[in-house]
Amino acid sequence: MSADAVNKSKRRLLVAATSVVGAVGAGFVAVPFIKSWNPSAKALAAGAPVLADISKLEEGQMITVEWRGKPVYILKRTDENLKVLASDVDMLADINSDASKQPDYCKNIARSYDAHTKISVMEGVCTHLGCAPKYVPDLNNPFAGSLGSDWKGGFFCPCHGSIYDLSGRVYKSMPAPTNLPVPPYMFNSDTVILIGQDGSNA
Amino acid sequence: MAMISTTLVMAGGGGFPTSPANTNVDDMESLQRGAKVFSEYCLSCHSAKFVRFNRVATDLGMSESDVMDNLNNLGVKFGSTMTAVMTKEYAKEAFGAEPPDLSLVARSRGADWLYTYLTGFYTDETKTTGHNNVIFKDVGMPNVFWKQEGIKKAVYEEHDGHQVLVGTEIVEKGSMPAEEFDTMIRDLVNFLQYIGEPNQSYRKSLGYGVLIFLAIFFGFAYAMKKDYWKDVH
Amino acid sequence: MEQKSNGLMGWIDARFPATKMWEDHLSKYYAPKNFNFWYFFGSLAIMVLVIQILSGVFLAMFYKPDTAMAFQSVEMGIMRDVEWGWLIRYFHSTGASAFFIVVYMHMFRGLIYGSYKKPRELVWIFGVLIFLALMAEGFMGYLLPWGQMSFWGAQVIINLVSAIPFVGEDLGIWVRGDFVIGDATLNRFFSLHIVAIPLILIGLIVAHIIALHEVGSNNPDGVEIKKNKDENGIPKDGIPFHPYYSVKDIVGVIVFLMFFSIVVFFMPEMFGYFLEHANFEPANPLKTPEHIAPVWYFTPYYSVLRAVPSIAGSAFPGVIAMGAAIVILFFLPWLDRNPVKSIRYRSDWYKGLVALFVITFIILGVLGTLAPTDGRTLLAQICTIYYFAFFLLMPFYTKFEKNKPVPDRVTM
Repeated sequence: MSADAVNKSKRRLLVAATSVVGAVGAGFVAVPFIKSWNPSAKALAAGAPVLADISKLEEGQMITVEWRGKPVYILKRTDENLKVLASDVDMLADINSDASKQPDYCKNIARSYDAHTKISVMEGVCTHLGCAPKYVPDLNNPFAGSLGSDWKGGFFCPCHGSIYDLSGRVYKSMPAPTNLPVPPYMFNSDTVILIGQDGSNA
Repeated sequence: MAMISTTLVMAGGGGFPTSPANTNVDDMESLQRGAKVFSEYCLSCHSAKFVRFNRVATDLGMSESDVMDNLNNLGVKFGSTMTAVMTKEYAKEAFGAEPPDLSLVARSRGADWLYTYLTGFYTDETKTTGHNNVIFKDVGMPNVFWKQEGIKKAVYEEHDGHQVLVGTEIVEKGSMPAEEFDTMIRDLVNFLQYIGEPNQSYRKSLGYGVLIFLAIFFGFAYAMKKDYWKDVH
Repeated sequence: MEQKSNGLMGWIDARFPATKMWEDHLSKYYAPKNFNFWYFFGSLAIMVLVIQILSGVFLAMFYKPDTAMAFQSVEMGIMRDVEWGWLIRYFHSTGASAFFIVVYMHMFRGLIYGSYKKPRELVWIFGVLIFLALMAEGFMGYLLPWGQMSFWGAQVIINLVSAIPFVGEDLGIWVRGDFVIGDATLNRFFSLHIVAIPLILIGLIVAHIIALHEVGSNNPDGVEIKKNKDENGIPKDGIPFHPYYSVKDIVGVIVFLMFFSIVVFFMPEMFGYFLEHANFEPANPLKTPEHIAPVWYFTPYYSVLRAVPSIAGSAFPGVIAMGAAIVILFFLPWLDRNPVKSIRYRSDWYKGLVALFVITFIILGVLGTLAPTDGRTLLAQICTIYYFAFFLLMPFYTKFEKNKPVPDRVTM
């Protein structure tokens, strides 16, 4: 009887050990198949950081560049704009961008590098359903609706009417829940921005 | 002094025999030198359109600026593939055919063939390029290395009343000592071997790990089988 | 005395025969206890099938069945750009050859132990159908990488269709969907390779196994174990497939995976036999490679094709011979008139004939990879004659065999 019991426990142990090693092997085999779904070298090359020349960008102007198939807005704001951003905050949903997506170096009122506060870089993708908001610098804005004279310029999403300020922060009671995302970017020089790569030259 | 660079005897009936290229795709310095030779001499006319510059940089341990400055003749993006400087249209006009893409040439031809080919040019005035090749008769490609290698002529031997091409010999020395030239060609072939399958070194190193794992798995499974089959015997 | 199970399994079993199927095919399927080395190849074939389906599903995610993109999608997309794509491709290319190695071994096992004989004729016939489906699968899959060998190999084989009198030419155009092998051909081969033939293969494999489990497995002694049952109706020489053969087959699978890994990781081209050198050049309809040879697993039959001289300029007789060389396998159960199954208890000269048949088959395979010369063609003709004689003369020579006594029980 006891010899039988020993045999049974030995057998159980061998089955367990073989099963564990087999499961580990299956795990190894799964890795290449799972990883093959990652962006290929081709997709990565297409999604590589893009350079934007802002030497000719005037204050109050905006240019759009494409990065990873998305429009990225580069806006040069005026001193007046920056003052508005700092003061006019009670109508915003996420004033300090706590719930929004941006690199840490842009988590501030102007949502920009401290050394380049006038330059704002944002993804032109409405956080509601992904439409591209329009840049509306005009103070007599026909879309501002309820804001009326409080409108100080910003972005208006044509799809469902979300309104953002000049650093992409969304106003309260809008369909969009959070501010426009800020992609990682860096200044190669004062006039050249590299979008898609974090920089430490803040 | 004339030097016979190829001293192989013709194998009966078949093509010209190849000489061993003795390449080593784990030799990073050789690959880096080969990459530069490739970019300087081959990429003008040929492409390697399956090969990305950033991949070469990673695999060969080269920095981005090194690759961009020394390999990337056209100044394309780091993640782009190696395209020829010459346009297809121009190439067709100049050579009558588009020079083949070299991404996989080491896999279709083999390293030894490439080595024999690249060192197998000889002067042949009847050809428009002024050259012929021991292993690729009447090839349309000119000998891009003639300045370095020197001027060579074909060596024939008589076999059963036929003149048989057995090799080449240098009649006028080139700008490079023979040994240095040989190293350069081997580096180039090594690089071609690498781009034929960029992950070949990794593949082999992974293979040892897989076999070790399977050996362990076998140990357990065999012990389990033995134990169960005690019931049967 | 049937015990009703409770719990989840009981609930399932009342609705779906899960436990019954488990018992019928594994835990209470009694297999002879004397299986030897040759009996690993059935489970190995299943293993290779799993490898091929898994790797094939993933390759299809990255492959582009378009003549302008196919080569690049394999040699650049899969082999370089997709993470680990190279490994998945090597699994598939090595798996293709492994499938044929395993199946040829499996067929040889059936041949020497008489596994095709009554009552297993249908098991054998389903098996030959699987072999045919596998050849179609391999042939169509080989076109997909769109290399020089893909193109010219398909060109040669499809031209065989054109050798059929009267309708051949139109039939060839219909198969290609074009006057040359082109986009239409590539697309339909892709569809057949990844959908239609795998479905047929799986169906045939299920039928093969159901038929086998209905009649029970043969064994190296060729003894019917069902003739000797104990008081519970269990064959005295039988052991439950699970756990005994499941634990044994796991060992076989691991050893197989070792050989498989050696090829995948150290010699994926297998000296140009698994991946042919010329296939690293994109298909070029204007330039035939110096030497066209089919992949190694087709070469024995390709040799038969070339061995038969064309009559009145038509290659049709060769095509007939090649087809007949495969079709004749279906008739094996009725060609062999010897009641003894296993080669162990058959005459020594029959063993010699089988050995010669294997050698002949290998010679035909080697000749099929080489360019024909007069000497080689003559050798191929001799081998082809022997190939057919081995089968066609079987009804006569098997009658004169002096068998050895067959034991009542299996020997270990």
